[in-house]
Amino acid sequence: MRITLRVWRQLGPTDPGRLETRDVPDVSPDMSFLEMLDVVNEGLIAAGETPIAFDHDCREGICGACSMMINGVPHGPNRATTTCQLHMRTFRDGDTIVVEPWRAKAFPVVRDLVVDRSALDRIISAGGFIGVSTGSAADANATPIPKTVADRAMDSAQCIGCGACVAACPNASAMLFTAAKVVHLGLLPQGQPERYRRVLSMVRQMDLEEFGGCTNFGECQDACPKEINVAVIGRMNADFLKASLSNRDEAA
Amino acid sequence: MHWARAFAESTIGKKIFMAASGVILVGFVLVHMTGNLLMFQGPAAINHYSAFLKSSAPLLWAVRITLLVSVAVHIGSAWSLTLVARAARPARYARHHAQVSTWGARSMRTGGVLLFGFIVFHLLHLTTGNVHPEFSPSDVYGNVVVGLRMPVVAAFYVVAMIALGLHLAHGVSSLFQTLGLNHPHWNPIRHRLAIVLAVLVFTGFSTIPLAVAFGVLR
Ligand code: HEM
Ligand code: FES
Repeated sequence: MRITLRVWRQLGPTDPGRLETRDVPDVSPDMSFLEMLDVVNEGLIAAGETPIAFDHDCREGICGACSMMINGVPHGPNRATTTCQLHMRTFRDGDTIVVEPWRAKAFPVVRDLVVDRSALDRIISAGGFIGVSTGSAADANATPIPKTVADRAMDSAQCIGCGACVAACPNASAMLFTAAKVVHLGLLPQGQPERYRRVLSMVRQMDLEEFGGCTNFGECQDACPKEINVAVIGRMNADFLKASLSNRDEAA
Repeated sequence: MHWARAFAESTIGKKIFMAASGVILVGFVLVHMTGNLLMFQGPAAINHYSAFLKSSAPLLWAVRITLLVSVAVHIGSAWSLTLVARAARPARYARHHAQVSTWGARSMRTGGVLLFGFIVFHLLHLTTGNVHPEFSPSDVYGNVVVGLRMPVVAAFYVVAMIALGLHLAHGVSSLFQTLGLNHPHWNPIRHRLAIVLAVLVFTGFSTIPLAVAFGVLR
C-alpha cells in the first residue's frame, strides 16, 4: 500500500518545527507503524537525509516509549494499543497520516517525535514507591488481600507511563497517570503507611510540573493503551481531600 | 494553616471548591425554578411568595451572600484552572480528534462565561430593575411579564437556559467524581441524574419566557 505521511520535524527544543510531507510508496499492511517509520528512515539515510527521530524500546506494548499522536489520537485509532502494536492494515491505501509529538508544556520536544517525559518520573520520585525495606520475598499468601482489591490494584499497576493520557487531554492533565500510581499503591496493605503522604506529594509534584487540571472530559481513559479507568482519579481525589484535612507532619 | 493553602493552590483543591460551590448553586437553581413556576398560578401567588422571601432581611441576605460567595469561588477557581490548562498546552496539535468529550464538557468554559453574563443582566433586570422598562419592587409578576415581552430579552433567557442545561449535564455528574464518589454501581445513576436535572432545569425555567412570548402569561 501507499500512504502519505505528514510528520512533525523539529531539529531541537528551540527550533519552531514544521509538518513535512513524505510519500511512502512501499508499505506492507503487515508492518507495525514503527516498522513503517523504520523503512522511511532507511530511505532517508540512503538519500543522505536525517532520519525521523522517534522513541521506541520494547516494541511489544509494555515499555510506553513509542509515544506519538497519529491522526489526532495518541498511538493511533485502535483501542488499547501502543504505536508499536498498531499495524498498517489499520489504514487504507492512499491514506494521509499526520504524526505529531505529544503536546504539553511539561513534555518539551527533544527532536521530531521525541519528547522529554521526565516530568512523569519526577512525579514517581515524589512518592510513587513504598519506602520500607521489604527484606527477601515473603510467602505469597502471607498478607491476605481480597481478590477484588488485588485486581483493582493490578489494573492501575498496568500503567506504562507512556503519557497518552496527557497527550489526549484537552487540559494536558496528568491526572490519570498520577492517579494510577497513587491508587495502585494506596489499595495494597504495603502501601498504607505512606498512603496519605504519598498522594499529597505526588499531586504537588504533578502541579509543579505544570500539567493542567482535570475537567472530566474522559479523553485520557479512552486513549490509555492499558485501559486504565478514570475511577482511579475519583479515588485519588478522595484520598487527596482526606489527606489534606487529616495530614499531620509530626505527632501532635 | 499551611495545609489549607496547599489545598487551595492545588488543581484538585480548586476543583473540589468548584464542586462544592456548584452543589450550592444547583440547590439554589432548583428552588428558584420551583418558585418561578408560581407564575402559572397568577400574580397573587408569585407576589406573595416574593414578599415571603423578603420578609426576613437577615435571612434573605444570608442566602444572597452565600450565593454570591459560591459564585465567586466557582468562577475564581474556574478562571484559575483555565489559565493553568491553557499554559499546560502552549503548542497546539495540527490534528486532534477528541474521542469521547461531550458537548456539555466542552462548553463548560464558554457556557460559564455566558451564564455569568446572564446572572449580571438578570439581577439588573428582575432584582434591582436597573435595566427594566417599568420596574415595580412589589409586582414580581408584572416585572416578569413586561420584562420578557421584548423578544430579544426572552430569547436571551432561553439561550442562557440552554447554556445552564449543558453546564448541569456535565457538572452534576462531574462533581461526584471530583468529590471522590466514583463507584461502578452509582456511576450510571449519577450520569442519568445529571441529564434529568439538566432537562428539568432547562424546561422549568424556559417555560416562563416562552409562555410570555406566546401570550400564555400576560
Ligand atoms: C428563565 C429563567 C429565570 C427567571 C424567569 C428568573 C426570574 C427571577 C426573578 C423574578 C427574580 C427576582 C425575585 C424577587 O425579587 O423576589 C430572580 C432572582 C434571581 N435569580 Fe433568577 N430567574 C431565572 C433564572 C435564573 C438562573 C438560571 C439563575 C442562576 C443560575 C438565577 C439567579 C438568580 C439570582 C441569584 C436571583 C437573586 C436572588 C436574590 O434576590 O437574592 N436566575 N430571578
Ligand atoms: S515500544 Fe514499548 S510500548 Fe511501544
